[in-house]
Amino acid sequence: MAIVLEKLCKAYGNHGVLTDFSAVVPEGKVTAIMAPSGQGKTTLLRILMGLETPDSGKISGLSGKKFSAVFQENRLCDNLSPVSNIRLVAPEQKRSQIIAAMEGVLLADCFHQPVRELSGGMRRRVAILRALLADYDILFLDEPFKGLDDKTRQVVIRDAKLRSTGKTVFLITHDPWEAQIMEACQILTLR
Amino acid sequence: MLWLLVWQLGSQALGQEILLVSPVSVLVRLSSLIRTFPFWESIGFSLARISLGFLLAAFWGTLFAALAARFAGFQDLLTPLILAIKATPVASFIILALIWIPSRNLSVFISFLMVFPVMYSNVLGGIQTTSRELLEMAQVFALPAGRTIRYIYISQILPFFRSACTIGLGLCWKSGIAAEVIGIPDGSIGEKLYNAKIFLNTPDLFAWTLVIVMVSLCFEKLVLRILDTCVRYLERM
Repeated sequence: MAIVLEKLCKAYGNHGVLTDFSAVVPEGKVTAIMAPSGQGKTTLLRILMGLETPDSGKISGLSGKKFSAVFQENRLCDNLSPVSNIRLVAPEQKRSQIIAAMEGVLLADCFHQPVRELSGGMRRRVAILRALLADYDILFLDEPFKGLDDKTRQVVIRDAKLRSTGKTVFLITHDPWEAQIMEACQILTLR
Repeated sequence: MLWLLVWQLGSQALGQEILLVSPVSVLVRLSSLIRTFPFWESIGFSLARISLGFLLAAFWGTLFAALAARFAGFQDLLTPLILAIKATPVASFIILALIWIPSRNLSVFISFLMVFPVMYSNVLGGIQTTSRELLEMAQVFALPAGRTIRYIYISQILPFFRSACTIGLGLCWKSGIAAEVIGIPDGSIGEKLYNAKIFLNTPDLFAWTLVIVMVSLCFEKLVLRILDTCVRYLERM
């Protein structure tokens, strides 16, 4: 079932962020959201994730769905290891499965270190992997590959595509290449 | 070592043990006290009551902080009470409480009363500064309440709780012993201090003070170690 957004409006004080925004998002496909900074991309994602309510408008097709997300910030539990951070949201995943998924994306030395001791790039990769290994129907990606070097970005983005195939994905990005590699079926532009 | 030497020299210079007893005399008195049953009985008496007061304060302080964080009205109700407890001299509470509570259990109540506001304020501060970003993450991933409390709230509140324990452990001994000195329950450390004062027995006064400091330090180390073990267990995934 498609997700239908009808005339969504959201304002902070006098500043309108979303004005009568409507879209139809097909199920099981990637939808990219592209717009200059400050145009309401993150606000739209926060509304879809249920973290904010629109001032007006209607959303259908989200009820009963399981969500997963990569936020702009990593939002990891600093004192837990990458494995534990992933198991926190994906308890059904076996430790061995998580470690297998981390190989090639993270250095083996980091698997059991508290994430606060990892570099920014490593932490980002843990946040992405956590979202991909969770049990979800809809995946929200808010500039997930930002801050990764080119080589890592290529590895991580292909891994993300592979692991999210057949799932509904919202991808906020400034880079058309990312939308292309993720095989976005449509690009929503906010005005 | 330097301060022990200063103490010894000061005592020798004064030449009157009643004014300033020497560390050697204190150690001699302590070694003779250690061999008596009432010595251990007094430590057991005070330790049991003061620890109970501390544990009750830790439990109720944490519970009330959780309720205050959840219900603003409850916090408004408690704030003046907490401020009043913090501002009132402990001696006033001890004298007042002696009217209501048997002196044997006075130290439980006084330790509780002194530690409760510290626990409450610190834990409430911890809850209020819990990362909103992590709570949103928990909401999006639909983490069950138990996992959210265990892995997000507890780890964020823990530094505040630990610091409250460190302050509270010192406070509970100071206030608990003060309550015993005023209430003079039979067989308590406070009673021994009181007797030392009455009979101007300075070696006893110093020896018991040393005992209080040591028991308090050991108790603090034990509680913090138990706390760290519990945290390691809780953070296991």
